[in-house]
Amino acid sequence: MNKAIEIRNVSASYGDHEVLRQITLAVEKGEFLVIIGPSGCGKTTLLKMINGLVLPVEGEVLVEGERLSACDLTRLRRRIGYAVQGAKLFPHLTVEDNICYVPGLDKKLSKEDRRKLSVKMLELVELPAELAKRFPRQLSGGQKQRVGIARAMAASPDILLMDEPFGAVDEITRRALQGELLALQKKTGITIVFITHDIEEAFKLGSRILIMKDGVIWQEGKREELLHAPRDGFVKQLIGGM
Amino acid sequence: MQIIQILWERRAFFMTCLLEHIRISLTAVVCAGVLGILLGVFISGHKKLAGGVLSVINVIYTIPSISLLGFLIPFTGIGNKTAIIALTVYGLLPIVRNTYTGLTNVDAGILEVAEGLGSDGRQILLGIRIPLALPVIISGFRNMVVMIIAMGGIASFIGAGGLGAAIYRGITTYNMTLTAAGSVLIALLALFSDWLLARVQKAVNRRYGIE
Repeated sequence: MNKAIEIRNVSASYGDHEVLRQITLAVEKGEFLVIIGPSGCGKTTLLKMINGLVLPVEGEVLVEGERLSACDLTRLRRRIGYAVQGAKLFPHLTVEDNICYVPGLDKKLSKEDRRKLSVKMLELVELPAELAKRFPRQLSGGQKQRVGIARAMAASPDILLMDEPFGAVDEITRRALQGELLALQKKTGITIVFITHDIEEAFKLGSRILIMKDGVIWQEGKREELLHAPRDGFVKQLIGGM
Repeated sequence: MQIIQILWERRAFFMTCLLEHIRISLTAVVCAGVLGILLGVFISGHKKLAGGVLSVINVIYTIPSISLLGFLIPFTGIGNKTAIIALTVYGLLPIVRNTYTGLTNVDAGILEVAEGLGSDGRQILLGIRIPLALPVIISGFRNMVVMIIAMGGIASFIGAGGLGAAIYRGITTYNMTLTAAGSVLIALLALFSDWLLARVQKAVNRRYGIE
């Protein structure tokens, strides 16, 4: 079993509008998959299928070999990290409490455990330990995003889902965050599915890139494959500057 | 001047009235608070019922207080019990409405992340939604407390105790000073409670990192 995620013939719709059409996709363990496409192409919906925030109308999703339709979603989600644009930290909790949120869902952590965990996670995302007692509104955009990643990683998940996590930070911070994320993935071997609409970001991060359009996978492959054999004008235009 | 004088001269009487007023109001505050918050939480989870429940409470709110007291007499008689029921019913509106508004206005993105990270329904409600709605719930609670204390003055018209007794006696004996003294005490009690709750609100905001 070396597939982290398997999506089989999945379709989804909001009302009459079909957002995903017969998507089939497998993600290997340790892979860094980047999904890119214009807004409305269904990439966020596809990501939310993996942690069951959106349920397919047909088809099947498997995470680590477990069928989502037949497992306890709440339990499964605790093993999948989730980071989103703007971080969406819990504003009423300190950085430490945000980081300890997921491990704290299963059992009450001791004060010492919480401190240790937050120190460890802050170090992982290259933030000073003093930030632990701050509230989210006292952080900069880049710091928030880092804490968001720390929160997603705190329970040592095998899979990390990221929905345009660097979309709301400035260019310089974004580059730094991208570098750190790559290093972090190398260190932990975690499987990452990452959404972006920035082709430069996709090429920098992805070990495989998946281009979506109108609810289908338009083309996928490693960056060289996309560069040398773009499927059509749409892909050519998308990767034009690269 | 006259008011201070009468307050001093009849301090034992005013003290009894004040304590009785506090007792009645506090009972109503606890009843309306518990009931209102539970109801608010319930309708925030059952949005289809929310409109109906809120309109019913709104309609009750528009019944003049004196006639609500009158309506209740055949069922619960005269005295403190009826007063507490009436005050509780009136107190519901601000607390139910604010609890509902607070809980439903929590950023949907934050709720989705909480769910995506693996919280169950109870953990989202107790750990995320209620704490985030707390400032709004507390300001509804403040409204409710002030309203109940102020309205408690009318309760003596149906034989309940409290500072209304002083006001009522002042009116029936053409003793304006007595009426004014009772009113001033009610106002002071309401202001004091509001100030106290403002402190609580500040402490809660600090605890949750809101300035």
